[in-house]
Amino acid sequence: MKLKQLEGLLGSLDQFENPKIELEQYPTGPHIASRLLYTAENSFGDVEDKVVADFGCGCGTLGLAAALLGAEHVIGLDIDTESLEIASSNADDLDLVMDFVRCDIRNLKWRDRIVDTVVMNPPFGTRRKGADMDFLFVALKVASQAVYSLHKTTTRDHVKRTALRDYNAVSAEVLCELRFDVPQLYKFHKKKEVDVAVDLWRNDSDDDHEDDHDEEKSKVGEGAKDEDEDEGADMEELKKE
Amino acid sequence: MLSSNIKGVANGFPLLIEVEKVVEKQVDFNEDFLRNLFVKIEWKALVEASRTIGYTELPENAESSMLDSDEFLRKFHHALVELHLEEGALVCPESGRKFPVNKGIPNMLLHEDEV
Ligand SMILES: C[S@@+](CC[C@H](N)C(=O)[O-])C[C@H]1O[C@@H](n2cnc3c(N)ncnc32)[C@H](O)[C@@H]1O
Repeated sequence: MKLKQLEGLLGSLDQFENPKIELEQYPTGPHIASRLLYTAENSFGDVEDKVVADFGCGCGTLGLAAALLGAEHVIGLDIDTESLEIASSNADDLDLVMDFVRCDIRNLKWRDRIVDTVVMNPPFGTRRKGADMDFLFVALKVASQAVYSLHKTTTRDHVKRTALRDYNAVSAEVLCELRFDVPQLYKFHKKKEVDVAVDLWRNDSDDDHEDDHDEEKSKVGEGAKDEDEDEGADMEELKKE
Repeated sequence: MLSSNIKGVANGFPLLIEVEKVVEKQVDFNEDFLRNLFVKIEWKALVEASRTIGYTELPENAESSMLDSDEFLRKFHHALVELHLEEGALVCPESGRKFPVNKGIPNMLLHEDEV
């Protein structure tokens, strides 16, 4: 599927009806969502035939993008029932199968690493400091392969240090910097849209599980190589927009 | 049942299932995926879960050599990805705590005193 086509389909999805301020419910726009998943698939092979989890899936944009790019199984998790129901009907509209669970990401305790890749646009932590890092911590425990995540550019050093030092990430790289339009959902926003600089991160997960350990490791090696080769192309693509 | 299998261990223990309504979805068959998952899931839990929702075709025990049988793969596929618990509950065998499932979405949120 072409990038434009993916972006177009994501643009047709229903979004939050009554966004909840305390949960930082702002949609991941089709522009960013399509690029996140497109890069994950085309530069790293982290989507097709994989089990993908969308953390804080909201209305499901990221998870559905993964399904559109051929993920074998997609699970969306969010704390909010209303969003999950919108996400579920979005999946039906696109004729895609996606699974949903209502839960608090912070309390997630999956025993087995069934999930290969986690994609997420966590709450940036504007309401509760560190909310995004809580998500990243759990994501790195759950994913056997990689975690794709968005964080404010202002927190870049902190994200890198914490992921590598405290969360056991094998690598943590910024793939590109993006502009995130946080729409004026809330009264305290003065401008119509608040443009926030965010980084798209790829974290290699340390798969400490016994099964297909060697295989996983060699995949990690390949991924790291791809990164150097393809990053330029991705950035070009982004600049053209 | 993949979802229940995954969700079942979401809190660290396999959950029992209470069924009100099950739906079947047609999903394309992917052998590699099934092979891949076979080593990751708990077969016994899947057999139990499938039985509860009325699907009894899965063998009690399974080993990886069975993945060469097309018939086995199809049953595994059906149980794992085509059967969904739409309404009902997931139940903790130890505490009896119920996690309700509505519109196919299980609510695994814990109360404050459970965290
Ligand atoms: C920035 S939005 C992500 C939007 C989503 N990616 C989309 O495409 O629309 C953050 C999401 O995280 C959810 N959330 C916030 N705190 C959470 C928690 N502790 N556990 C699970 N989900 C949470 C919110 O309900 C919200 O849907």
